[in-house]
Amino acid sequence: MVERKLPKLEVAGSTPVVRFFVSARSFIVVLAVLAVVGLLVFGLASKGSSRLQAGEAVPTADLPQLEGGGSESLADYRGRWVLVNFWASWCLPCRAEAPALEEFQRQQGGPRFTVLGIDTQDLSGDARAFVERYDLTYPQLRDGDGALADEYGTTGVPENFLIDPTGKVRLAYPGPVGEDYLREEVAPLLPEGKS
Amino acid sequence: MRARVLLLVVLALGALVPTAVAEQQASLAEIEKQVMCPVCGTLLQLAESPQAQREKAFIKRLIEEGRSEAQIKDALVAEYGEEVLALPPDSGFSLSAYLVPIITFLIAAVALALGVWRWRRAGGPKDGGTPRAAGPSGEDADRLDADLARYDL
Repeated sequence: MVERKLPKLEVAGSTPVVRFFVSARSFIVVLAVLAVVGLLVFGLASKGSSRLQAGEAVPTADLPQLEGGGSESLADYRGRWVLVNFWASWCLPCRAEAPALEEFQRQQGGPRFTVLGIDTQDLSGDARAFVERYDLTYPQLRDGDGALADEYGTTGVPENFLIDPTGKVRLAYPGPVGEDYLREEVAPLLPEGKS
Repeated sequence: MRARVLLLVVLALGALVPTAVAEQQASLAEIEKQVMCPVCGTLLQLAESPQAQREKAFIKRLIEEGRSEAQIKDALVAEYGEEVLALPPDSGFSLSAYLVPIITFLIAAVALALGVWRWRRAGGPKDGGTPRAAGPSGEDADRLDADLARYDL
């Protein structure tokens, strides 16, 4: 078989300088397209965070306590059942559910279970007044910038998550919980007797 | 000499007084334009949600307490985090919000200048004179002459 030598294909009038500019321009265009696509993907990914579902591990960021100068995280509650309640003092449904949560805490709260309030995107003074007004005895943390609420994928307040002793979500409830929900859905999952 | 010193002191005080007054005169209308309603994701000025109402009340209270604009913004950041500021701070990573548009503009301007320079260099005549339109040549010129000859103008 005779090997034919093909002529080298060259762009008319191409010089090393022109080739440099053509390749540099192509590189910039590709880079710009990649940047735009990257931004779109980032935007979609950051907006598309969905609410934590049953079986998923919960984020354990440290948050300041509403009262006092300390901080806590969900990791500090490992080994206990925790009903995480995202709330804010300006939220009307939060006012409606607060008495039911406090009553449930008085019935079930103990070494194996607690309600944990997380005040989000709220003024700390207003939040403390809210706690006092509804005589809430369960622990309260502050999520002023709403970063933890975002990690949970909440879309508003109130939202409630029941976390098991291993730190995984067992129930996710967007909206205010009432006595019926707490008695029929949450209580049966908790250990027998006062937790 | 003494008169000059006095004049300088008076001028210096005059320059300080408006600054001090401006420091004291924080207004809700001005601050509303510079901070966000974190829940609504809009400027506080445009927001009417319950959270926005509380934020406005908080600002009003701080104004009544005599806090300056900067102090009020600091207090809002302490409550809601950096994202409450409509304009990101000009330090740390947030500085990129100011630098990236400037750098992008400069790159675009350089690319445009380079493009124009190359276009002019490629399109211009070799001798630097005014470019002239090239006429038909050879066979095309003969055909054009023949076509024109057919018309009795």
